[in-house]
Amino acid sequence: MKRDKKNVLKHYTIAILFFCTLLSQPAWAEEKQEFQIKDLIFEHLEDAYKWYFFTWKETDVSLYLPVIVQSPRGEWVVFSSSHLEKGKIYKGFYIAQEGNYKHKIVTTNSAGEEIRPWDFSITKNVLAIFISIGIMLTSFLALARWYKKDRLQPPGGFLGMLEIVILSIQDEVIKPSIGKEYERYAPFLLTTFFFVLINNLMGLIPLFPGGANVTGNITITFFLSLIVFLLININGNKHYWKEIFWPDTPTWLKFPVPLMPIIELWSVLMKPAALMVRLFANIMAGHSMTLGLISLIFISAAMGPAANAGLSVASILFSTFIGFIELLISVIQAYVFVLLSSVFIGMSRQKAEDSEEENSES
Amino acid sequence: MSLLTPDIGLLFWMTLSFGIVFFILAKYGFPVILKAVDKRTAYINNSLETAAKAEEKLANIQQEAETIIRRAQEERAKILNEAGELRNRILDDAKEEAEKGRQIRINKTTSEIEELKRKALSEVRNEIADISLRIAEKVVREELRKEEKQQQLIDHLLDEEILYKN
Repeated sequence: MKRDKKNVLKHYTIAILFFCTLLSQPAWAEEKQEFQIKDLIFEHLEDAYKWYFFTWKETDVSLYLPVIVQSPRGEWVVFSSSHLEKGKIYKGFYIAQEGNYKHKIVTTNSAGEEIRPWDFSITKNVLAIFISIGIMLTSFLALARWYKKDRLQPPGGFLGMLEIVILSIQDEVIKPSIGKEYERYAPFLLTTFFFVLINNLMGLIPLFPGGANVTGNITITFFLSLIVFLLININGNKHYWKEIFWPDTPTWLKFPVPLMPIIELWSVLMKPAALMVRLFANIMAGHSMTLGLISLIFISAAMGPAANAGLSVASILFSTFIGFIELLISVIQAYVFVLLSSVFIGMSRQKAEDSEEENSES
Repeated sequence: MSLLTPDIGLLFWMTLSFGIVFFILAKYGFPVILKAVDKRTAYINNSLETAAKAEEKLANIQQEAETIIRRAQEERAKILNEAGELRNRILDDAKEEAEKGRQIRINKTTSEIEELKRKALSEVRNEIADISLRIAEKVVREELRKEEKQQQLIDHLLDEEILYKN
């Protein structure tokens, strides 16, 4: 019986999740008279200085986040982003509506040029990161506290699930990919996995505290893959560097024109870069697809009621389908990111004999 | 394309947040959890081993018990066997003894009977001799009186004697 109840609850949760997707996006879209899909989608994908919730009786309900910027004179200014609503200028700062810094806070320097100040504002993505690390710290420390009491029985429910995921990532991804001394890398890779997973899933929930596009932001994936890049190369052994600068190829490929070393060096950069782009593009594409499909309803509104009704049904069906795909992608991308990171780290630590053995095996 | 340009502010906050969460989890989160799980794994393995050992021991004990029972049964069979043999021997002995006793008694009785018979025979012989003597006396006495009478008596007596004898 208990299990049935839980199942029902799960299905309701999923249903409500998609219902909210369908409800909230139109509400957001309705406020614009001239409907611009590209703007709508980009606005959703980009970072923002406020967290939009919904529109109630033609008023936007949003959370205005603190802006922390450095003025051209060198002093730090902190104020609420509500002062910048609708193109207002506050203390010389305003949100650019076009140009290179579109939707970012800009100011003018003494020469009257539009410049981007140092901007450490708590934006929507920063708040979403805070929320996700809050979730991570709460759940993992709760699990750690469970075991602090020196007990042997495993926890049940959410903590038990968490433990199973931690163990399967460690035992089936990190351990076999890295091999010896995997313990050194496990905390980072596990933190990365859960950070990416939680933010992917939160991004699917259309209402606060979800809905931010954290892992679909290039800054976040850049940061994560930069750490992976450092881990790969700082711990790379002699064999790894030899393979880059003096690989087992005919000498004319390496000297006098260092063709192979250049290709290998390029691959050193490209491995983490691929990680960065893969995660970013997958999540961003998922969000764009959902938004685009929802937008179909509003584009078709101009085509008359019949076409509108037909396309609305189709768009709801499609966006539900994409929603499921996104759910899958959220898990797969978190998994793939950590899997490839572990494989790259493992490759940089491989001894010469190991690779020869593998070659002879294959 | 603002989508593709990393933002310094976001990067700063990301580095800070991720750094903090990584530091805390790497120190107080994952090692504690993984150590506990390792401990549990070791405990489970240990328990399995102990259980296997106990089972083995139990099997040994069972085997031992069976051996003891079998030996006891053999012992019992042997004892029963011996008891049976003993009983038979005692019975045989008793029978032999009884047979011997009877034989001795029979022998004794037979010899007594023999003795009595001999005694009786000798008495009979004495009696006969006596009778013969008396007859002879009487014959001799009659002879002295009359010759025919004597003869007559003798015949008579003889008849008598013979009749007796028969």
